[in-house]
Amino acid sequence: MSEQSLYEQLGGEAAVNAAVDIFYRKVLSDDRISAFFEDVDMEKQAAKQKAFLTMAFGGPHNYTGLDMRRGHAHLVARGLNDSHVDAVIEDLGATLRELGVKEELIAQVAAIAESTRNDVLDR
Amino acid sequence: MTTIRYANDKFELEPNESVLECLTNRGVPVPFSCRSGACQTCMMRATGGKPPETSQQGLKDSLKLQNYFLACVCYPDADLEVALPDDKDAQAVIPATVLSLKLLNAEIMHVELECHAPIDYRAGQFINLFQNQTLGRSYSLASVPHEDDRLHLHVRRLPQGRVSGWIHEELRPGQTVEIRGPGGDCFYIPGNSEQGLILIGTGSGLAPLYGIIRDALSQGHSGPIHLFHGSRDLNGLYLSGELQDLVKQYSNFNYVPCLSGDDVRHGFASGRADEVAFKQISDLKNWRIFLCGHPEMVKTAKRKAFLAGASMKDIYADAFNVSQSS
Repeated sequence: MSEQSLYEQLGGEAAVNAAVDIFYRKVLSDDRISAFFEDVDMEKQAAKQKAFLTMAFGGPHNYTGLDMRRGHAHLVARGLNDSHVDAVIEDLGATLRELGVKEELIAQVAAIAESTRNDVLDR
Repeated sequence: MTTIRYANDKFELEPNESVLECLTNRGVPVPFSCRSGACQTCMMRATGGKPPETSQQGLKDSLKLQNYFLACVCYPDADLEVALPDDKDAQAVIPATVLSLKLLNAEIMHVELECHAPIDYRAGQFINLFQNQTLGRSYSLASVPHEDDRLHLHVRRLPQGRVSGWIHEELRPGQTVEIRGPGGDCFYIPGNSEQGLILIGTGSGLAPLYGIIRDALSQGHSGPIHLFHGSRDLNGLYLSGELQDLVKQYSNFNYVPCLSGDDVRHGFASGRADEVAFKQISDLKNWRIFLCGHPEMVKTAKRKAFLAGASMKDIYADAFNVSQSS
């Protein structure tokens, strides 16, 4: 077990910056979930993606479960469900693979993203 | 003790307190979310003083230059005067005299203004021009600060447009109007001068682009600069002569007039400006993109440009939304 945190092993903020455009492009091109991103301000959305990636990479964040519930409530009302969360986690894994991140670290990132599932889906 | 000024209030910043904490603890409704400098929900602007560099991380360069910062990670050592990003009262009203009015085509008026006080702007930004105290509209600047002495606007007459109708019908040279500004983050930033620039505009969306292009060229931008200006028919295009002159003068500048209607003559590209642009240049990785004009075009082109490889931080856009009250 390395003494470095997951965030450090991934490369910190530089890694988040490298990942955010790739990840956002995947999400926008993913027919399973792209409809949820219609009519959003792309600048603001990119910043939110960055905040999400920072958290999933084990980086510094102050998100609470309540923030996650509030932030996605309007999407849950539009039918956001488990299949969409699956798609996001898949796209996240594909992004990291494209950047050459080791599977072992990808699994840790996916687990953090997974931990937000019930809050995101307001259960 | 560091003091934060907000509206008419003065707050003392406690040790290790962020500007966000300082304001929200005292009842100022600043929106926020991640509280770690990533989501940009708490973005504010310093209207006096300079925000610390660490509070500007991740912001677009054009926002940094205008002293925008993220309140949740802002720990200033010196006093700051701050405002919410959409606080229009943070800027003073400046009187300006109309020097000339000239039609550029059937529906677009070139308005030349002389300000009574200096205005610090960048080519491509917009100002608000007021017909009276309560009625004003945003117009992009086509002028370049170090090239032009006066402010230049291209005002398109909108059907039932109250302010544009007034400018076209009633405004006369010699009259003094009130303006406020500048605003907007769609402008050229010096540096990376070999990067390719793609500028796409419809209608009077040419105004900011004309400023941005001349600004970039005069600052020695050496990378290719492609302008795609679109309209339905020939009558909607304008400044073609000036743009052709720039083409002759600068070998790295290319002008593509686009017509989306049926009657397309030799020398014009057929199709909408954004479609023509992305057909000619399909891989947008490492390009800097400027999009101005019709809101639908801007929205679609932004998405297309991003999916075609342009980085989000390299896409500058200004959608000309039509006011609900016309």
